[in-house]
Parts: sequence; C-alpha cells; structure tokens
Amino acid sequence: MSAAVTADSSVDRAWRVLGSVLDPEVPALSVVDLGLVRGVSVAGDGGLDIVLTPTYSGCPATEAIEADIRSALAAAGLGPVRITQRLSPPWTTDWLGADARRKLADYGIAPPCGTSVVHVLARNVACPHCSSARTERLAAFGSTACKALYRCLDCREPFEYFKPI
Amino acid sequence: MTASIALNLTPDVRYVLRIADTCLVHAQRMSEWCGHAPVLEEDIALSNLGLDLLGQSRALLGHAAELEGGGQSEDSLAFLRDESDYFNLTLVEQPSRRGGADFADTQLRCLFVAAWLAPLWQGLSASRDRELAAIAGKAAKETRYHLEHAGDWVVRLGDGSAESARRMQAALARAWPMVAELFDDDEVDTAAADSGLGPRASALREPWLAIVEPMFADALLALPPDTAFRSHGKRGTHSEHMGYLLAEMQHLQRAFPGGVW
Repeated sequence: MSAAVTADSSVDRAWRVLGSVLDPEVPALSVVDLGLVRGVSVAGDGGLDIVLTPTYSGCPATEAIEADIRSALAAAGLGPVRITQRLSPPWTTDWLGADARRKLADYGIAPPCGTSVVHVLARNVACPHCSSARTERLAAFGSTACKALYRCLDCREPFEYFKPI
Repeated sequence: MTASIALNLTPDVRYVLRIADTCLVHAQRMSEWCGHAPVLEEDIALSNLGLDLLGQSRALLGHAAELEGGGQSEDSLAFLRDESDYFNLTLVEQPSRRGGADFADTQLRCLFVAAWLAPLWQGLSASRDRELAAIAGKAAKETRYHLEHAGDWVVRLGDGSAESARRMQAALARAWPMVAELFDDDEVDTAAADSGLGPRASALREPWLAIVEPMFADALLALPPDTAFRSHGKRGTHSEHMGYLLAEMQHLQRAFPGGVW
C-alpha cells in the first residue's frame, strides 16, 4: 500500500468521524454540517491537522467543540490531532448546505433566510412547524447568540430562528 | 505571580489595546444587566451583546499580547493591568445603573459604540496586520446586530412616551461630553494611519454620523453641540468609575493569583 493511499483514507475517516460530532448548542447539526471544519490534512509526522472556523467571536461552545472533536478522533484511533482556529474568511451561515437547512427545520429551528450579506435583517421567516409565513419576531436574541425567538401566528407555536450572519 | 504587569507599550500595542479594552469594558458593563434588565428578552439580548464584545476583546487582547512580545496572555492583560494601562473610551466605563443612569443610557451607549466600531472594523479589514484584519472581518458581522438592536431601542424610547423621551434625553446629556473622545486623534492614531495598521479616530466621525443621524431623526432626538470638556480614557486617564469597575472585574485573579476554571 502506498503512503498516498494511507493518507487519503485517514483523511476520509476523519471527515466521517467529524460528521458525527454534533454542535453542543444545536445538536441537530454536526460540525461538518455547520461548516466549522475548513480543512483536514495529514501532517509530516502522520498526525492530523484540523482547521476550524469559530462561529461567533464570543461563542461559549468553541472550547467544548474542540474537546469533542479531539475525543471523537481519539476514540476512532486517529491522531495525534492538531487543531488550529482560522478567522478569515469569517464563518457565515451561507456555508450551511441544503441538507443542513433541512435538518435544522426538522429539529424545529427555522434555517436562515437568504444570504447573509443581503438578508441580515430579514423578518419574513417561515414557521418550521406548519410552514406558515405569518410569523412575528418576539426577541432579536434567543437561547444562544446565533438564534432569535419567533412565534407563528397560525399554529401559535414559538420557534427559534437561526440568524443569517 | 506579580501584582501588576509592566508592558512595552509601542504605538501598535496601544492602538490594539484601545479597541480591545473598549470591547472588554463595554462587555463588563453590559453583563451587569444579567438578571436585572426590565424584561427577560432584554436580559438575554444584553448578555448576548456582551458575549460578542467579550469574544472580540479576547481575540484582540491575545493579539495585543503577541505584538507586545513580553509573554503576556489575554488573561494577564485583562486581569493584571493597573487602571492607567487601560486605554478604553471613557464612555464605556460609565455606570449602567448608578448615578442616575438607567436602561436608556445602556442602549444609547450601545448605539454610539456600535456606530463607532462598524467603520472601525471595516477600516481594520484592510490592515497591514492580517490577524487584526481577520478579527475585524468577523466582528463586523456581529456589530450589525448590535446596531439594529440598540438603534431600535433608541428610536422606541426617544419617540415613545413623555417619560421614555425624557429619560433618553437625560441619557444623551450624560453621554454626550464623552463622545468627542471617539473622534480625537493623537500620535497613536497618526502612527496607525500612516503605517497602514488601521484608521485614525477622526476618520470614523463621518461614517458614525451617517449611521447615528438618521436614527436620531426617527427617535426625535438631536445631537447636542460640541462641549469644551474632553475625556482621555484612550490615553489611560480615566473617570472615577474605572477603579471600581476594575476592582470588581479583577477581584478573583487578584485574590487567587493564577486561578483557573
């Protein structure tokens, strides 16, 4: 077996493991779904270099996510692991793919509307429970920095909205 | 562990600390509302805004420690400096809920500082210092939400009941003498602008007015005339409130040196 094949397979395995590491605050999504993992590569010493981009500057889950990633990769027999944080380009909800947006809605959190540059203050958010567009914002900030609190005027259920940033 | 740290304060370090300290002290004042805001939603909102500012200051303090080159960290810079080595704007150290200040003071201050940070982050995004540019690029996105939130409240209170308008006017009268400092240049600003580190303070005035004036028009408020008074927190000369703020913020590290979670 050539070295190149070995390197590729450990990177592939690492991505699969990372796809099972859930965000502690939004456990419907993995760190890969959220776009937090910007790169996985094999270093010269055979260890893994993981590049992460933090969501909000003050997100209290950043350290917990790093620890979860380390323990998941160690449990899968991958490592040693070096994690570096990359700030630029800054994380954006535009990196949430269609699959991630569907998972959020299924979990009861309305996914971000439109793109972050244009629609940062959009108010027309569809209810994740009944899909009604007749909703109103109750508070600009919810249980975490990344979410706002809304209410559906048709099914009357409150729900959280993942804010575009 | 020493009582207080001594720093090699080059113009670059001073420039970054001014922004880092403004975010840190602003976050400290914002966090004082946790458990005390008029409604639960606002309690959560102000805590979230404070958390953003704290995250921004952590990144900036960590970077200032690297630039300073003396082996400091974000923690030692936050907890082991004396008052005269803090370079935040005097406005952000003013009490949130003492000396007549109330919720209106906090929202007005949040608007004034966010309208100052927005063009500052934008200018820093083109900094010759790539780390500083990356921190600013990230923070700029968060500041948009701060502007929206504080702006909504300033309009709601200014164009609200007679009582809310009176309180917002009183908050403006308290804050205004310290606003000139936001745009006063000195040798640190000149060095930063000339070397491509970041914008000088006076360059932030026009974009600040472009944000604040339309909101003030909606809030039925007018910007008062310039005052003769000048504050100098950014030069390390603070108001009487700063020592008390640091005493509370630094207490644990001073009482239990080197303590960690």
